[in-house]
Amino acid sequence: MALGLSVIFGVVRVVNFAHGEMMTIAMYAATVLFAAFKLDPFLAVLPVAAVFFVFGTLMQAGLINPFITRPEHSQFMLLVAVAIILVNALLLLFGPDARNVQVDYQLESFEIGRILVDKARLYAALVAVAAAAALFAFFRFTLTGKAIRACADNYLGAKVVGLNVRKYYSLTFGLGAACVAAAGCAMVLLVDVTPPLGPYYTLLAFVIVIVGGLGSMTGALLGGVLIGLSEALAGLFIAPSAKSMFSFGLLILVLLFRPQGLLGRKI
Amino acid sequence: MQRRQFNKALAATTALAAVHPFGIVRAQAQRLKVGVILPRSGVQGFIGQSCQKGADLAPGVIKQMLGVDIELMNADWESNVDTARTRAERLVQEGAHVLVGPFDSGAAAAIAQVAEQRGVPFVINIAAAPQITEQGYKFVFRNFQTAPDIVRNGLALIGELFQATNTVPRTAVFMHVNDTFGQAMAKGIGAFMQRLTQLPFKIVDTISYDPAAKDLTVEVSKAKASNADFLLLVCRLNDAIILRREMVKQRWNPMGIVSPGSPGMYEEQYFKTLGKLSEYSISNVPWYNPRAELTKVVDKAFLKQNPKDKLVFHGLNVGFTFEAILIAADAFKRAKSTDPKTLADAIRQTNIASKMMLGDPIKFNAKGQVEGIGSACLQNLNLTPTVVLPTSAATAKPVFPMPGYKKA
Repeated sequence: MALGLSVIFGVVRVVNFAHGEMMTIAMYAATVLFAAFKLDPFLAVLPVAAVFFVFGTLMQAGLINPFITRPEHSQFMLLVAVAIILVNALLLLFGPDARNVQVDYQLESFEIGRILVDKARLYAALVAVAAAAALFAFFRFTLTGKAIRACADNYLGAKVVGLNVRKYYSLTFGLGAACVAAAGCAMVLLVDVTPPLGPYYTLLAFVIVIVGGLGSMTGALLGGVLIGLSEALAGLFIAPSAKSMFSFGLLILVLLFRPQGLLGRKI
Repeated sequence: MQRRQFNKALAATTALAAVHPFGIVRAQAQRLKVGVILPRSGVQGFIGQSCQKGADLAPGVIKQMLGVDIELMNADWESNVDTARTRAERLVQEGAHVLVGPFDSGAAAAIAQVAEQRGVPFVINIAAAPQITEQGYKFVFRNFQTAPDIVRNGLALIGELFQATNTVPRTAVFMHVNDTFGQAMAKGIGAFMQRLTQLPFKIVDTISYDPAAKDLTVEVSKAKASNADFLLLVCRLNDAIILRREMVKQRWNPMGIVSPGSPGMYEEQYFKTLGKLSEYSISNVPWYNPRAELTKVVDKAFLKQNPKDKLVFHGLNVGFTFEAILIAADAFKRAKSTDPKTLADAIRQTNIASKMMLGDPIKFNAKGQVEGIGSACLQNLNLTPTVVLPTSAATAKPVFPMPGYKKA
């Protein structure tokens, strides 16, 4: 999820404040597919991500591109408005009740010596790693990926050499949305979904990408691991109710001593 | 509008304005407007909706019982204390004669301030933090046990449970939500555990957590590591579900999960979401008297409004929400007025013997608190919350340790 946020910001330079809400929609999509076709959420990743890619591309082309050159507060207001609309649309469609998906392996774990590894979490981690690897390969080895990187590195230069920057921005937003879709499908096995779930995960994604470095894909992965580890260790050795305090403490430290994030570049 | 019509309208408005300051117009109201504030969405949404069922059936039942007309003004505080305050303000502005709700101590404290400032009676359906009725408020009333009462009754029932099942657990790990209610309960347990020396167990670790937590992996692994015989739990609904699942994932099978008095494990959603995993969880909570006449009336009305549902899954929420509205309606009938002060005075004089929930008649003490509300030990058996103690009200025998118990 944080990967999607990082990719979008890294290229389009727009911070997607509707990120968590988009993930919530993906979670609902996974529950609907499961209820209708008994489709395992991990198998639902591909169709949901494809739909989200199209949705994200259209959203960038029709809604966000006109705001690219406008002041940042206009972009902020636009995406907050989108987030509010999405939450309320979900409330209208699905009501406030929590929904979940129940699959056989959901409560199972692998036993490695004395360590228990939650199956659903492990599969979710594998999906995240696969998505990150696919994105990395796309940006590194394909012409379209290279063109997108060129747009991110030098907006004016990319235009001068004839790249259709706005088209690549739309593609990038689509890719970010597809990442969110994958995250939503995996997440639905770990968390029950309700419409107001989004803001919590938007905030969490922000903390992760700020720690890892806005715009850096590896930074997003590293940030996720660091935030998860800091919360788990703080919960284990200090007090579970204080674990968020430590992730935010880590965020403040990063902002103080390395504002661009651990793997981010100075802007 | 013609000049004569205008003059008539002006004269009528002037007359109305002249009597209004003395409360004459309000006092003659034929209908009691009850502002019902519940968390119908957000993290406590399920419980709020469960309470709402009690509010929804109240006007019909109370009309039959007392002949009082009630208009419900429903508001959702979205499981957010700040929203609770603003919703209460709005209900008062819109003409609510009395406020009822909110199933949460934090929200109750916020609404109580509004009720006092605006001089509107507030009947708390469910909220246990003792300080709410310790502030010297004149318009705040509570027909629910305080946290110390819940703890005292809950711990006493735990003692009875061990006696009834011939078990002697030596250790417990105490997990609790860290909201206003959870903190009050933790404080109560800390105090009573020192006094109740007849209880055979010691608390070996205390773990607090956020009721809105999305993940309780660390908390459960810490609890499991304590190697305690059973889990003493003060929870809400969503966290109870997450916690139970996490216990299965981490293969932690203590002797039992026992709540000394908190929501969550007897709620319909707990059964719906967890299925068989919901079995054998125990909650010692204020509960309804299945033999009371009023319970039968409410049960009938509940079934009529919710044909696919059962009162037993909403017992505490429906019961106390219904009784809160009943208290307001009974006071309105006696006061024959919606004047806030007269209504508050009438609520203070309440004496309802024919009630639904276990315990003594509904009478408020000088602080606005009802005393003598009873508790029952509920165990989830056959996917239904079942009274297993006290023996006089029990419909089944308690199962403890729960099947599958394995020393960690």
